[in-house]
Amino acid sequence: MTRGRLARGYWTGFGLALAALAVAPLVLPEFWRRFATEILIWGLLAMSSDLLLGYTGIVSFGHSAFFGVGMYGTAMALLRLHPPSLALATAAGLAGAALVAAVVAYFSTRLRDIYFAITTLVFSQIFYVVIFTWTEVTGGENGLAFRLPPLALFGWTHRFTPTTLHWFVLGVVTLSYLVLRRVTQSPFGMVLQSIRENEPRTLAIGYDVKRYKVVAVMLSGLFAGLAGVLYAVQNRFAAPNFVFFDVSANVVIFNVLGGVGTLVGPVLGAAVFFLLREILSRYFTEYYLIPVGLIFTLTVIFLPQGLLGVLRRTLNQ
Amino acid sequence: MLEQVAVQLLNGLVNGMILALVASGLTLIFGIMDVVNFAHGELYMLGAYVGTTTLAVTGSFWLALVGAAVAIFWLGVAVQIVALRPLLGRDPLTTILATFGVSLVLQNYALWQYGPVARRIPEPVAGHFRLFYLDYPWYRVIVAALAAAVLAALWLFLAHATWGVWIRAVTQDRVMAAAMGIPVPRVHTVVFGLGAAMAGASGCLSGPLVGVDQTLGLGIILRAFIVVVVGGMGNLLGSVLAAVFISLLEALASLWVSPAQAVIVSFVLLIVTLLARPTGLFVPTPK
Repeated sequence: MTRGRLARGYWTGFGLALAALAVAPLVLPEFWRRFATEILIWGLLAMSSDLLLGYTGIVSFGHSAFFGVGMYGTAMALLRLHPPSLALATAAGLAGAALVAAVVAYFSTRLRDIYFAITTLVFSQIFYVVIFTWTEVTGGENGLAFRLPPLALFGWTHRFTPTTLHWFVLGVVTLSYLVLRRVTQSPFGMVLQSIRENEPRTLAIGYDVKRYKVVAVMLSGLFAGLAGVLYAVQNRFAAPNFVFFDVSANVVIFNVLGGVGTLVGPVLGAAVFFLLREILSRYFTEYYLIPVGLIFTLTVIFLPQGLLGVLRRTLNQ
Repeated sequence: MLEQVAVQLLNGLVNGMILALVASGLTLIFGIMDVVNFAHGELYMLGAYVGTTTLAVTGSFWLALVGAAVAIFWLGVAVQIVALRPLLGRDPLTTILATFGVSLVLQNYALWQYGPVARRIPEPVAGHFRLFYLDYPWYRVIVAALAAAVLAALWLFLAHATWGVWIRAVTQDRVMAAAMGIPVPRVHTVVFGLGAAMAGASGCLSGPLVGVDQTLGLGIILRAFIVVVVGGMGNLLGSVLAAVFISLLEALASLWVSPAQAVIVSFVLLIVTLLARPTGLFVPTPK
């Protein structure tokens, strides 16, 4: 297949998917509309993790830290600012996530791949303990609930309805996707992929591997924080269980199910995961993670490329 | 004050020996096949549950302890054969993911099988002795001694038994060991089983000290990971020392802060280790 035809196929698919997602809130019933919005947000979180797992070849088990700090940063800013401003709250969430990502990146990249996973896990637990026990600031176990202010941009204000919120989320996620895609295709992204393929050789060629990894983790943390901001805005609360290990674990599941190294694969993975949860919990109630865990392990062994692995070349061209 | 410190030191030592059992299994598995066993905490947790079941059937704690070790050994063997053998030669990343999948299944299986209510194993040795201002249970001292005995037995096994020599050979050079006729795949399976059995026994031993529920695994695996990094990955003695060291620090810290916050001490120790000596605190500085 020629490059041109691959590109045309890709952009057609992109346009169709975008159109379907944009129409979704108009035709879907309330439950599934909310479902679609949440999947977009989880998809963004999974995409951010894919930058590490799929493109740099290092697995983060600590993405809940960035997600959670984005969430809490937004919530705290909205509760403290008078009048509350969505733009400033978003900036606060992103700044918090970036700061946390810088700290985690600095320490976790000091060690090779396997230790990296452990360090990110430990760091996310540190932030969980801090958020859970620092009740005066974070609300402790109860978390923080807030009222959502209208979106104000350049003198134009808009109060969100569920449908416009969906479009807002869709816009942010689509933009993030295009940015992340551009990053993975840039010279920087190429170096990341070369670290994935052969780290010692990348170092030998003369690239400062550690610095590239630090930037990759920070970038990934920033987008994970953005997902946290969106989640806070959608649900109007920040809760400690979104900083817990479960979220980090789910992110890894989304990636593996959907296919790492494709950016859209993890979004599909998130959709598949939540659909599986909906279907399986009818038969297995709260034990749906038993079959999900089995499917996950089988995917790792027999389908390491994930569901979208076959399209990897098309998606990355 | 001094007496409180002494009591906490003893507590730390007991917890440290339990942690050492778990962490040395983890590091043994890593050392021989580069597998980070994410399901290790779940094996510990299931060991405690098998202990409760066997105790209910037989009425003997010591039988339950043996039962837990044996059952989790075979579970470990099964997990290795089913989930890890097909991944031999692939990126080590995939083994983390595969064992993570296994941990999901095992944790939710325990929830399904045993329910969310914590269970308690009664202390098999009821006696207490006078330690300053409190009655200290003998059982805790016995736990530490038993754990030390298991670790000593492991060391003797690795140093002298045929299988122990094979294990060390495979750790040093997998290809060469295979060339010398050592059944490498079987050694891998047995090591995974051994590590699992140690985790299972440890879970059953700590059953009387803490409530048994399905979240036990995540708590211990996090601390075991820290221990393994601080002690130097794949370094058995380093892991044991680090386990005791970290537990002592946490025990002392809990004199001043709540136990939930005392965990931060070991996090800080991990960070210091990563900064100062990424290969582990208890190994000579690599040249």
